[in-house]
Amino acid sequence: MLLSIDTSAGTSVAVVDSERGVLCERSSADTRGHAEIIGTFIAECVAESGVPIAALSGIVAGMGPGPFTGLRVGIAAAQAFALGADAPLVRVVSHDAIAFAHYSAGATGPLLVVTDARRREVYWSAYRGADDAGIPERAEPAGLVRPDDLASAVAGYDSYERLDAAEVSAAALGLLAEAMFAAGRAFAGVAPLYLRAPDAVASAGPKRVS
Amino acid sequence: MSAAETPTSAAEPLVLGIETSCDETGIGIVRGSTLLANVIASSMEEHARFGGVVPEIAARAHLEALGPAMTAALAEAGVGLHEIDAVAVTSGPGLAGALMVGVGAAKALAVALDRPLYAVNHLVGHVGADVLRDDGTAIELPTVALLVSGGHTSLLLVRDLVSDVELLGETIDDAAGEAFDKVARLLGLPYPGGPQIDRAAVGGDPRSIRFPRGLSQPKDLERHRYDFSFSGLKTSVARWVEQKRDAGETVPLADVAASFRESVADVLVAKAVAACLDLGVPRLLLGGGVVANARVRELAAERCSAAGIELRIPPLALCTDNGAMIAALGAQLIMAGHAPSGLGFSADSTLPVTSIQA
Ligand SMILES: [Zn+2]
Repeated sequence: MLLSIDTSAGTSVAVVDSERGVLCERSSADTRGHAEIIGTFIAECVAESGVPIAALSGIVAGMGPGPFTGLRVGIAAAQAFALGADAPLVRVVSHDAIAFAHYSAGATGPLLVVTDARRREVYWSAYRGADDAGIPERAEPAGLVRPDDLASAVAGYDSYERLDAAEVSAAALGLLAEAMFAAGRAFAGVAPLYLRAPDAVASAGPKRVS
Repeated sequence: MSAAETPTSAAEPLVLGIETSCDETGIGIVRGSTLLANVIASSMEEHARFGGVVPEIAARAHLEALGPAMTAALAEAGVGLHEIDAVAVTSGPGLAGALMVGVGAAKALAVALDRPLYAVNHLVGHVGADVLRDDGTAIELPTVALLVSGGHTSLLLVRDLVSDVELLGETIDDAAGEAFDKVARLLGLPYPGGPQIDRAAVGGDPRSIRFPRGLSQPKDLERHRYDFSFSGLKTSVARWVEQKRDAGETVPLADVAASFRESVADVLVAKAVAACLDLGVPRLLLGGGVVANARVRELAAERCSAAGIELRIPPLALCTDNGAMIAALGAQLIMAGHAPSGLGFSADSTLPVTSIQA
Protein backbone atom coordinates (compact mmCIF):
# COMPACT_ATOMS: atom_id res chain seq x y z
CA MET A 1 0.00 0.00 0.00
CA LEU A 2 1.28 3.41 -0.99
CA LEU A 3 0.55 7.01 -0.07
CA SER A 4 0.89 9.03 -3.24
CA ILE A 5 1.25 12.82 -3.53
CA ASP A 6 1.31 15.03 -6.62
CA THR A 7 1.31 18.82 -6.76
CA SER A 8 2.62 19.29 -10.30
CA ALA A 9 -0.71 20.83 -11.38
CA GLY A 10 -3.33 21.05 -8.62
CA THR A 11 -3.01 19.09 -5.38
CA SER A 12 -3.76 15.37 -5.35
CA VAL A 13 -3.24 12.80 -2.61
CA ALA A 14 -4.22 9.13 -2.66
CA VAL A 15 -3.76 5.83 -0.89
CA VAL A 16 -3.60 2.91 -3.32
CA ASP A 17 -3.12 -0.83 -3.09
CA SER A 18 -1.84 -3.11 -5.83
CA GLU A 19 -4.75 -5.50 -5.30
CA ARG A 20 -7.56 -3.36 -3.96
CA GLY A 21 -6.92 -0.37 -6.19
CA VAL A 22 -7.67 3.19 -5.06
CA LEU A 23 -8.58 3.27 -1.35
CA CYS A 24 -8.98 7.04 -1.14
CA GLU A 25 -8.19 10.06 -3.27
CA ARG A 26 -8.46 13.80 -2.61
CA SER A 27 -7.88 16.27 -5.42
CA SER A 28 -8.15 19.98 -6.03
CA ALA A 29 -7.54 21.73 -9.34
CA ASP A 30 -6.53 24.92 -7.52
CA THR A 31 -3.08 25.83 -8.80
CA ARG A 32 -2.25 28.13 -5.87
CA GLY A 33 -3.27 26.59 -2.57
CA HIS A 34 -0.95 23.57 -2.43
CA ALA A 35 0.66 24.35 0.92
CA GLU A 36 -2.68 25.20 2.46
CA ILE A 37 -4.60 22.03 1.58
CA ILE A 38 -1.95 19.36 1.42
CA GLY A 39 -1.98 18.51 5.12
CA THR A 40 -5.73 18.08 5.25
CA PHE A 41 -5.71 15.94 2.11
CA ILE A 42 -3.03 13.65 3.53
CA ALA A 43 -4.80 13.34 6.88
CA GLU A 44 -8.13 12.58 5.19
CA CYS A 45 -6.65 9.97 2.86
CA VAL A 46 -4.88 8.24 5.72
CA ALA A 47 -8.04 8.25 7.86
CA GLU A 48 -10.49 7.24 5.14
CA SER A 49 -8.38 4.49 3.65
CA GLY A 50 -8.24 2.90 7.10
CA VAL A 51 -4.63 1.97 6.43
CA PRO A 52 -2.37 2.28 9.49
CA ILE A 53 0.63 4.45 8.65
CA ALA A 54 2.93 1.62 9.69
CA ALA A 55 1.29 -0.57 7.03
CA LEU A 56 2.28 1.75 4.16
CA SER A 57 4.98 0.08 2.08
CA GLY A 58 6.09 3.32 0.48
CA ILE A 59 5.44 6.97 -0.31
CA VAL A 60 5.23 8.21 -3.90
CA ALA A 61 6.23 11.72 -4.97
CA GLY A 62 5.16 13.18 -8.32
CA MET A 63 8.32 14.87 -9.63
CA GLY A 64 6.76 17.04 -12.34
CA PRO A 65 7.18 18.56 -14.77
CA GLY A 66 5.20 21.33 -13.14
CA PRO A 67 5.41 24.97 -12.05
CA PHE A 68 8.02 24.93 -9.32
CA THR A 69 6.40 26.66 -6.37
CA GLY A 70 3.54 24.19 -6.23
CA LEU A 71 5.53 21.17 -7.37
CA ARG A 72 7.95 21.49 -4.46
CA VAL A 73 5.20 21.43 -1.83
CA GLY A 74 4.19 17.88 -2.74
CA ILE A 75 7.76 16.64 -2.99
CA ALA A 76 8.64 18.20 0.37
CA ALA A 77 5.54 16.64 1.90
CA ALA A 78 6.27 13.21 0.44
CA GLN A 79 9.88 13.35 1.69
CA ALA A 80 8.83 14.39 5.18
CA PHE A 81 6.03 11.84 5.36
CA ALA A 82 8.44 9.10 4.31
CA LEU A 83 10.82 10.14 7.11
CA GLY A 84 8.01 10.29 9.66
CA ALA A 85 6.48 7.00 8.56
CA ASP A 86 9.90 5.38 8.20
CA ALA A 87 8.81 4.17 4.76
CA PRO A 88 10.77 4.31 1.50
CA LEU A 89 10.18 7.25 -0.85
CA VAL A 90 9.87 6.56 -4.57
CA ARG A 91 9.68 9.21 -7.28
CA VAL A 92 7.58 9.06 -10.42
CA VAL A 93 7.33 11.51 -13.34
CA SER A 94 3.91 13.18 -13.10
CA HIS A 95 3.24 13.07 -16.85
CA ASP A 96 3.76 9.31 -16.76
CA ALA A 97 0.75 9.06 -14.44
CA ILE A 98 -1.44 10.87 -16.99
CA ALA A 99 -0.26 8.47 -19.72
CA PHE A 100 -0.68 5.47 -17.40
CA ALA A 101 -4.32 6.40 -16.69
CA HIS A 102 -4.92 6.86 -20.43
CA TYR A 103 -3.51 3.44 -21.37
CA SER A 104 -5.13 1.75 -18.35
CA ALA A 105 -8.49 2.93 -19.70
CA GLY A 106 -7.88 0.89 -22.85
CA ALA A 107 -6.28 3.40 -25.21
CA THR A 108 -3.28 2.38 -27.30
CA GLY A 109 -0.81 4.07 -29.60
CA PRO A 110 1.40 7.15 -29.41
CA LEU A 111 0.34 9.78 -26.90
CA LEU A 112 1.40 13.38 -26.37
CA VAL A 113 0.71 14.66 -22.86
CA VAL A 114 0.57 18.46 -22.57
CA THR A 115 0.19 20.47 -19.36
CA ASP A 116 0.26 24.16 -18.51
CA ALA A 117 3.65 25.56 -17.49
CA ARG A 118 2.34 29.14 -17.01
CA ARG A 119 4.15 32.10 -18.56
CA ARG A 120 2.66 31.13 -21.91
CA GLU A 121 4.52 27.84 -22.09
CA VAL A 122 3.54 24.17 -21.89
CA TYR A 123 5.26 21.03 -20.65
CA TRP A 124 5.07 18.01 -22.95
CA SER A 125 5.89 14.32 -22.88
CA ALA A 126 5.68 11.92 -25.83
CA TYR A 127 4.92 8.20 -25.36
CA ARG A 128 5.11 5.37 -27.88
CA GLY A 129 2.52 3.32 -26.05
CA ALA A 130 2.28 1.07 -22.99
CA ASP A 131 4.48 -1.98 -22.51
CA ASP A 132 3.39 -5.46 -21.40
CA ALA A 133 3.19 -4.30 -17.78
CA GLY A 134 0.96 -1.38 -18.79
CA ILE A 135 3.77 1.12 -18.12
CA PRO A 136 3.99 4.02 -20.59
CA GLU A 137 7.06 3.98 -22.82
CA ARG A 138 8.53 7.43 -23.14
CA ALA A 139 9.69 8.47 -26.62
CA GLU A 140 11.65 11.55 -25.51
CA PRO A 141 12.52 13.37 -22.27
CA ALA A 142 9.89 15.84 -21.06
CA GLY A 143 10.11 19.26 -22.71
CA LEU A 144 9.04 22.87 -22.28
CA VAL A 145 7.92 25.07 -25.21
CA ARG A 146 5.56 27.82 -26.25
CA PRO A 147 2.26 26.29 -27.37
CA ASP A 148 2.82 27.52 -30.95
CA ASP A 149 6.14 25.74 -31.14
CA LEU A 150 4.87 22.39 -29.89
CA ALA A 151 4.29 20.90 -33.37
CA SER A 152 7.85 21.65 -34.43
CA ALA A 153 9.38 20.59 -31.09
CA VAL A 154 7.89 17.08 -31.14
CA ALA A 155 9.25 14.83 -33.88
CA GLY A 156 6.31 13.20 -35.68
CA TYR A 157 3.83 15.46 -33.90
CA ASP A 158 0.96 14.43 -36.19
CA SER A 159 1.32 10.76 -35.31
CA TYR A 160 0.46 11.43 -31.64
CA GLU A 161 -2.89 11.56 -29.97
CA ARG A 162 -2.70 14.81 -28.01
CA LEU A 163 -3.97 14.88 -24.43
CA ASP A 164 -4.11 18.27 -22.71
CA ALA A 165 -4.40 17.64 -18.99
CA ALA A 166 -5.24 20.14 -16.24
CA GLU A 167 -4.78 17.72 -13.35
CA VAL A 168 -2.55 14.85 -12.33
CA SER A 169 -4.19 12.09 -10.33
CA ALA A 170 -2.21 10.90 -7.31
CA ALA A 171 -4.17 7.65 -7.54
CA ALA A 172 -2.89 7.07 -11.10
CA LEU A 173 0.61 8.06 -9.91
CA GLY A 174 0.38 5.56 -7.05
CA LEU A 175 -0.97 2.74 -9.19
CA LEU A 176 1.79 3.38 -11.72
CA ALA A 177 4.34 3.15 -8.89
CA GLU A 178 2.82 -0.20 -7.85
CA ALA A 179 3.08 -1.42 -11.48
CA MET A 180 6.67 -0.18 -11.76
CA PHE A 181 7.59 -1.88 -8.50
CA ALA A 182 5.95 -5.16 -9.58
CA ALA A 183 7.77 -5.04 -12.93
CA GLY A 184 11.07 -4.13 -11.29
CA ARG A 185 11.42 -0.82 -13.12
CA ALA A 186 13.67 2.03 -12.06
CA PHE A 187 11.94 5.01 -10.48
CA ALA A 188 12.67 8.66 -11.33
CA GLY A 189 15.75 10.47 -10.00
CA VAL A 190 15.88 12.83 -7.03
CA ALA A 191 15.85 16.04 -9.07
CA PRO A 192 12.43 17.64 -9.58
CA LEU A 193 11.58 18.24 -13.24
CA TYR A 194 11.54 22.03 -13.11
CA LEU A 195 12.69 22.28 -16.76
CA ARG A 196 13.27 25.97 -16.15
CA ALA A 197 16.20 27.81 -14.62
CA PRO A 198 15.48 30.12 -11.66
CA ASP A 199 14.74 33.73 -12.59
CA ALA A 200 17.99 35.35 -11.70
CA VAL A 201 20.56 37.38 -13.51
CA ALA A 202 24.14 37.44 -12.32
CA SER A 203 25.00 40.83 -10.96
CA ALA A 204 26.58 43.06 -13.60
CA GLY A 205 28.00 45.37 -10.95
CA PRO A 206 26.40 48.43 -9.40
CA LYS A 207 24.53 51.02 -11.46
CA ARG A 208 25.42 54.70 -11.20
CA VAL A 209 23.10 56.83 -9.11
CA SER A 210 24.43 60.22 -10.17
CA MET B 1 -9.62 12.26 19.34
CA SER B 2 -6.27 11.84 17.66
CA ALA B 3 -3.05 13.18 19.12
CA ALA B 4 -2.96 15.82 16.42
CA GLU B 5 -6.04 17.50 17.92
CA THR B 6 -5.01 17.36 21.56
CA PRO B 7 -2.81 20.03 23.06
CA THR B 8 0.35 18.41 24.32
CA SER B 9 0.52 19.12 28.02
CA ALA B 10 3.99 17.79 28.64
CA ALA B 11 5.88 19.98 31.07
CA GLU B 12 8.94 19.78 28.86
CA PRO B 13 7.69 18.92 25.36
CA LEU B 14 10.16 17.59 22.80
CA VAL B 15 9.59 19.81 19.77
CA LEU B 16 11.09 19.70 16.28
CA GLY B 17 11.14 23.09 14.55
CA ILE B 18 11.35 23.74 10.80
CA GLU B 19 12.50 27.10 9.43
CA THR B 20 12.61 27.89 5.68
CA SER B 21 11.61 31.55 5.44
CA CYS B 22 14.73 32.82 3.66
CA ASP B 23 18.00 31.19 2.58
CA GLU B 24 18.71 29.05 5.66
CA THR B 25 17.16 25.62 6.04
CA GLY B 26 16.94 25.22 9.79
CA ILE B 27 15.95 22.18 11.81
CA GLY B 28 16.05 22.53 15.56
CA ILE B 29 15.05 20.25 18.40
CA VAL B 30 14.33 21.46 21.92
CA ARG B 31 13.04 19.91 25.11
CA GLY B 32 11.06 22.63 26.81
CA SER B 33 13.59 25.46 27.05
CA THR B 34 16.62 23.26 26.50
CA LEU B 35 18.40 23.22 23.16
CA LEU B 36 19.14 19.72 21.87
CA ALA B 37 20.00 20.35 18.22
CA ASN B 38 20.35 23.27 15.84
CA VAL B 39 21.22 22.25 12.28
CA ILE B 40 21.43 24.97 9.64
CA ALA B 41 22.05 24.45 5.93
CA SER B 42 22.56 27.70 4.06
CA SER B 43 22.25 28.35 0.34
CA MET B 44 24.15 31.62 0.77
CA GLU B 45 26.98 30.64 -1.57
CA GLU B 46 24.54 29.94 -4.39
CA HIS B 47 23.28 33.50 -4.14
CA ALA B 48 26.73 35.10 -4.14
CA ARG B 49 26.98 35.77 -7.86
CA PHE B 50 23.57 37.44 -7.83
CA GLY B 51 24.49 39.81 -5.00
CA GLY B 52 21.43 38.91 -2.94
CA VAL B 53 19.03 36.10 -2.10
CA VAL B 54 17.30 34.74 -5.21
CA PRO B 55 13.96 33.37 -3.93
CA GLU B 56 13.70 30.49 -6.41
CA ILE B 57 17.26 29.34 -5.73
CA ALA B 58 16.56 29.47 -1.98
CA ALA B 59 13.37 27.44 -2.37
CA ARG B 60 15.07 24.77 -4.48
CA ALA B 61 17.85 24.52 -1.92
CA HIS B 62 15.35 24.06 0.93
CA LEU B 63 13.85 21.04 -0.80
CA GLU B 64 17.29 19.44 -1.13
CA ALA B 65 18.44 20.32 2.37
CA LEU B 66 15.37 19.53 4.47
CA GLY B 67 15.66 15.73 4.64
CA PRO B 68 19.40 15.63 5.43
CA ALA B 69 19.03 18.48 7.96
CA MET B 70 16.24 16.63 9.72
CA THR B 71 18.29 13.44 9.94
CA ALA B 72 21.31 15.38 11.18
CA ALA B 73 19.28 17.20 13.83
CA LEU B 74 17.81 13.98 15.18
CA ALA B 75 21.28 12.48 15.38
CA GLU B 76 22.64 15.60 17.11
CA ALA B 77 19.79 15.55 19.64
CA GLY B 78 20.07 11.80 20.09
CA VAL B 79 16.33 11.28 19.73
CA GLY B 80 14.14 9.33 17.33
CA LEU B 81 11.34 10.95 15.34
CA HIS B 82 8.75 8.95 17.28
CA GLU B 83 9.82 10.55 20.55
CA ILE B 84 8.90 14.01 19.19
CA ASP B 85 5.86 15.46 21.00
CA ALA B 86 5.06 18.18 18.47
CA VAL B 87 6.21 19.79 15.24
CA ALA B 88 6.61 23.56 14.84
CA VAL B 89 7.10 25.42 11.57
CA THR B 90 7.57 28.99 10.38
CA SER B 91 4.45 29.97 8.45
CA GLY B 92 5.58 33.57 7.87
CA PRO B 93 6.72 36.22 7.28
CA GLY B 94 9.30 35.42 4.61
CA LEU B 95 9.71 34.40 0.99
CA ALA B 96 6.47 32.72 -0.11
CA GLY B 97 7.96 29.90 -2.17
CA ALA B 98 10.56 29.16 0.50
CA LEU B 99 8.00 29.14 3.33
CA MET B 100 5.82 26.69 1.39
CA VAL B 101 8.54 24.04 1.36
CA GLY B 102 8.72 24.04 5.15
CA VAL B 103 4.96 24.22 5.58
CA GLY B 104 4.34 21.29 3.20
CA ALA B 105 6.99 19.20 4.93
CA ALA B 106 5.82 20.08 8.45
CA LYS B 107 2.20 19.19 7.74
CA ALA B 108 3.12 15.83 6.23
CA LEU B 109 5.51 15.07 9.09
CA ALA B 110 2.87 15.92 11.70
CA VAL B 111 0.34 13.60 10.03
CA ALA B 112 2.88 10.80 9.62
CA LEU B 113 3.83 11.03 13.30
CA ASP B 114 0.25 11.79 14.43
CA ARG B 115 1.55 14.73 16.45
CA PRO B 116 0.23 18.28 16.90
CA LEU B 117 1.55 20.99 14.60
CA TYR B 118 2.26 24.57 15.64
CA ALA B 119 2.61 27.21 12.89
CA VAL B 120 4.61 30.11 14.30
CA ASN B 121 5.76 33.61 13.42
CA HIS B 122 9.36 33.88 12.28
CA LEU B 123 9.98 37.26 13.94
CA VAL B 124 8.58 36.18 17.28
CA GLY B 125 10.73 33.06 16.86
CA HIS B 126 13.82 35.31 16.91
CA VAL B 127 12.69 36.58 20.32
CA GLY B 128 11.90 33.03 21.46
CA ALA B 129 15.49 32.00 20.76
CA ASP B 130 16.49 33.77 23.95
CA VAL B 131 14.85 31.13 26.16
CA LEU B 132 17.46 28.65 24.90
CA ARG B 133 20.47 30.50 26.36
CA ASP B 134 22.51 28.06 28.35
CA ASP B 135 23.24 30.53 31.17
CA GLY B 136 19.75 29.69 32.36
CA THR B 137 18.62 33.24 33.00
CA ALA B 138 15.03 33.55 31.86
CA ILE B 139 14.06 36.36 29.54
CA GLU B 140 12.35 39.13 31.50
CA LEU B 141 9.27 40.72 30.00
CA PRO B 142 8.21 43.15 28.73
CA THR B 143 11.18 43.72 26.44
CA VAL B 144 11.87 45.69 23.31
CA ALA B 145 13.31 43.50 20.54
CA LEU B 146 15.36 44.70 17.58
CA LEU B 147 15.42 42.06 14.84
CA VAL B 148 17.73 42.82 11.97
CA SER B 149 18.71 40.62 9.03
CA GLY B 150 18.88 40.59 5.24
CA GLY B 151 15.15 39.96 5.17
CA HIS B 152 13.75 42.09 7.96
CA THR B 153 14.40 45.11 10.19
CA SER B 154 11.77 45.26 12.91
CA LEU B 155 11.37 46.78 16.32
CA LEU B 156 8.94 44.93 18.57
CA LEU B 157 7.48 45.36 22.01
CA VAL B 158 7.11 41.92 23.56
CA ARG B 159 4.88 41.84 26.62
CA ASP B 160 4.30 38.10 26.44
CA LEU B 161 6.12 35.70 24.13
CA VAL B 162 3.05 33.63 23.33
CA SER B 163 0.23 36.15 23.53
CA ASP B 164 1.24 39.79 23.29
CA VAL B 165 3.67 41.13 20.72
CA GLU B 166 3.35 44.56 19.16
CA LEU B 167 5.11 45.94 16.08
CA LEU B 168 6.61 49.32 16.97
CA GLY B 169 8.26 49.91 13.63
CA GLU B 170 9.98 48.32 10.66
CA THR B 171 11.90 49.24 7.54
CA ILE B 172 9.91 51.09 4.93
CA ASP B 173 12.31 50.03 2.14
CA ASP B 174 15.43 47.85 2.36
CA ALA B 175 16.28 45.60 5.28
CA ALA B 176 19.51 46.60 7.04
CA GLY B 177 21.23 43.42 5.87
CA GLU B 178 20.27 44.25 2.31
CA ALA B 179 21.85 47.68 2.70
CA PHE B 180 25.12 45.99 3.76
CA ASP B 181 24.93 43.74 0.67
CA LYS B 182 24.23 46.62 -1.71
CA VAL B 183 26.92 48.90 -0.32
CA ALA B 184 29.44 46.04 -0.33
CA ARG B 185 28.62 45.54 -3.98
CA LEU B 186 29.17 49.15 -4.93
CA LEU B 187 32.48 49.07 -3.08
CA GLY B 188 33.43 46.02 -5.14
CA LEU B 189 33.21 43.63 -2.19
CA PRO B 190 31.62 40.17 -2.42
CA TYR B 191 28.32 38.92 -0.99
CA PRO B 192 27.25 38.69 1.80
CA GLY B 193 28.10 42.29 2.61
CA GLY B 194 27.97 42.31 6.41
CA PRO B 195 31.24 40.54 7.18
CA GLN B 196 32.92 42.18 4.17
CA ILE B 197 32.03 45.69 5.35
CA ASP B 198 33.20 44.74 8.84
CA ARG B 199 36.55 43.64 7.45
CA ALA B 200 36.91 46.66 5.19
CA ALA B 201 36.06 49.04 8.06
CA VAL B 202 39.06 47.97 10.16
CA GLY B 203 41.20 51.05 10.75
CA GLY B 204 38.62 53.33 9.11
CA ASP B 205 37.32 56.49 10.78
CA PRO B 206 33.57 56.17 11.34
CA ARG B 207 33.29 59.95 11.71
CA SER B 208 35.14 60.84 8.52
CA ILE B 209 32.02 60.91 6.33
CA ARG B 210 28.67 61.93 7.74
CA PHE B 211 26.24 59.68 5.86
CA PRO B 212 22.52 60.34 6.51
CA ARG B 213 20.60 58.66 9.32
CA GLY B 214 17.35 57.46 7.75
CA LEU B 215 14.05 58.71 9.23
CA SER B 216 15.83 60.54 12.05
CA GLN B 217 14.89 64.15 11.25
CA PRO B 218 12.24 65.71 13.50
CA LYS B 219 9.63 65.77 10.72
CA ASP B 220 10.27 62.08 9.91
CA LEU B 221 10.22 61.13 13.57
CA GLU B 222 6.64 62.38 13.87
CA ARG B 223 5.34 59.69 11.54
CA HIS B 224 8.14 57.15 11.63
CA ARG B 225 9.50 57.30 15.14
CA TYR B 226 10.40 53.59 15.19
CA ASP B 227 10.57 52.93 11.45
CA PHE B 228 13.76 52.50 9.46
CA SER B 229 14.89 53.43 5.96
CA PHE B 230 18.19 52.40 4.38
CA SER B 231 17.60 53.06 0.72
CA GLY B 232 18.59 56.75 0.93
CA LEU B 233 21.75 55.84 2.82
CA LYS B 234 22.76 53.38 0.13
CA THR B 235 22.23 56.02 -2.58
CA SER B 236 24.18 58.54 -0.59
CA VAL B 237 27.16 56.18 -0.25
CA ALA B 238 26.97 55.44 -3.98
CA ARG B 239 26.94 59.14 -4.86
CA TRP B 240 29.87 59.87 -2.54
CA VAL B 241 31.94 57.06 -4.05
CA GLU B 242 31.06 58.10 -7.62
CA GLN B 243 32.15 61.68 -6.97
CA LYS B 244 35.52 60.50 -5.68
CA ARG B 245 36.00 58.20 -8.64
CA ASP B 246 34.89 60.85 -11.15
CA ALA B 247 37.42 63.26 -9.64
CA GLY B 248 40.08 60.62 -10.15
CA GLU B 249 40.63 60.28 -6.40
CA THR B 250 41.15 57.02 -4.54
CA VAL B 251 38.12 55.90 -2.57
CA PRO B 252 39.15 55.57 1.09
CA LEU B 253 37.56 52.14 1.46
CA ALA B 254 38.07 51.78 5.23
CA ASP B 255 36.60 55.21 5.94
CA VAL B 256 33.59 54.67 3.67
CA ALA B 257 32.90 51.23 5.14
CA ALA B 258 33.31 52.44 8.73
CA SER B 259 31.16 55.54 8.16
CA PHE B 260 28.41 53.60 6.40
CA ARG B 261 28.40 50.95 9.12
CA GLU B 262 28.29 53.66 11.77
CA SER B 263 25.22 55.18 10.15
CA VAL B 264 23.38 51.84 10.13
CA ALA B 265 24.40 50.95 13.67
CA ASP B 266 23.60 54.44 14.94
CA VAL B 267 20.05 54.46 13.54
CA LEU B 268 19.30 50.92 14.65
CA VAL B 269 20.51 51.44 18.20
CA ALA B 270 19.16 55.00 18.55
CA LYS B 271 15.64 53.93 17.65
CA ALA B 272 15.75 50.82 19.81
CA VAL B 273 17.04 52.75 22.83
CA ALA B 274 14.46 55.49 22.23
CA ALA B 275 11.72 52.86 22.26
CA CYS B 276 12.99 51.46 25.56
CA LEU B 277 13.06 54.92 27.13
CA ASP B 278 9.74 56.09 25.65
CA LEU B 279 7.94 52.95 26.79
CA GLY B 280 9.70 52.66 30.12
CA VAL B 281 10.94 49.19 29.25
CA PRO B 282 14.56 48.88 30.43
CA ARG B 283 15.31 45.76 28.39
CA LEU B 284 16.49 45.31 24.80
CA LEU B 285 16.89 42.02 22.97
CA LEU B 286 18.81 41.75 19.70
CA GLY B 287 18.14 39.11 17.06
CA GLY B 288 18.76 38.39 13.37
CA GLY B 289 21.94 37.91 11.37
CA VAL B 290 23.06 41.55 11.55
CA VAL B 291 23.78 40.93 15.24
CA ALA B 292 26.92 39.26 13.91
CA ASN B 293 28.11 42.79 13.12
CA ALA B 294 30.58 43.74 15.83
CA ARG B 295 29.87 47.47 15.66
CA VAL B 296 26.12 47.00 16.05
CA ARG B 297 26.70 44.91 19.17
CA GLU B 298 29.31 47.29 20.54
CA LEU B 299 27.19 50.41 20.06
CA ALA B 300 24.14 48.69 21.54
CA ALA B 301 26.19 47.67 24.60
CA GLU B 302 27.58 51.18 25.03
CA ARG B 303 24.29 53.03 24.80
CA CYS B 304 22.23 50.49 26.72
CA SER B 305 24.67 50.63 29.57
CA ALA B 306 24.59 54.46 29.54
CA ALA B 307 20.79 54.45 29.58
CA GLY B 308 20.45 51.73 32.22
CA ILE B 309 18.96 49.26 29.77
CA GLU B 310 19.66 45.55 30.11
CA LEU B 311 20.90 44.21 26.77
CA ARG B 312 20.37 40.60 25.79
CA ILE B 313 22.00 39.01 22.78
CA PRO B 314 21.42 35.28 22.21
CA PRO B 315 24.41 33.27 20.92
CA LEU B 316 25.02 33.96 17.22
CA ALA B 317 23.87 30.50 16.04
CA LEU B 318 20.51 31.32 17.60
CA CYS B 319 20.43 34.88 16.16
CA THR B 320 20.66 33.96 12.49
CA ASP B 321 17.63 32.17 11.05
CA ASN B 322 17.36 28.73 12.62
CA GLY B 323 14.91 25.96 13.44
CA ALA B 324 15.73 25.88 17.15
CA MET B 325 14.07 29.25 17.73
CA ILE B 326 10.96 27.96 15.96
CA ALA B 327 10.96 24.80 18.07
CA ALA B 328 11.50 26.96 21.20
CA LEU B 329 8.52 29.17 20.41
CA GLY B 330 6.44 26.07 19.67
CA ALA B 331 7.43 24.63 23.05
CA GLN B 332 6.52 27.91 24.78
CA LEU B 333 3.07 27.81 23.15
CA ILE B 334 2.58 24.21 24.26
CA MET B 335 3.72 24.90 27.82
CA ALA B 336 1.27 27.83 27.92
CA GLY B 337 -1.52 25.44 26.95
CA HIS B 338 -2.16 26.77 23.45
CA ALA B 339 -4.03 24.48 21.05
CA PRO B 340 -2.22 23.32 17.90
CA SER B 341 -2.65 25.20 14.62
CA GLY B 342 -4.30 22.32 12.81
CA LEU B 343 -3.46 21.53 9.17
CA GLY B 344 -5.35 24.25 7.32
CA PHE B 345 -3.05 27.25 7.69
CA SER B 346 -1.18 28.67 4.73
CA ALA B 347 2.27 30.11 4.23
CA ASP B 348 1.86 33.87 4.73
CA SER B 349 4.74 35.96 3.41
CA THR B 350 3.44 39.06 5.22
CA LEU B 351 2.26 37.46 8.49
CA PRO B 352 2.01 40.30 11.05
CA VAL B 353 3.89 39.95 14.37
CA THR B 354 0.58 40.11 16.21
CA SER B 355 -0.07 36.61 14.77
CA ILE B 356 2.35 34.75 17.00
CA GLN B 357 0.74 31.46 16.04
CA ALA B 358 -1.23 30.77 12.86
ZN1 LIG C 1 15.05 36.14 10.46
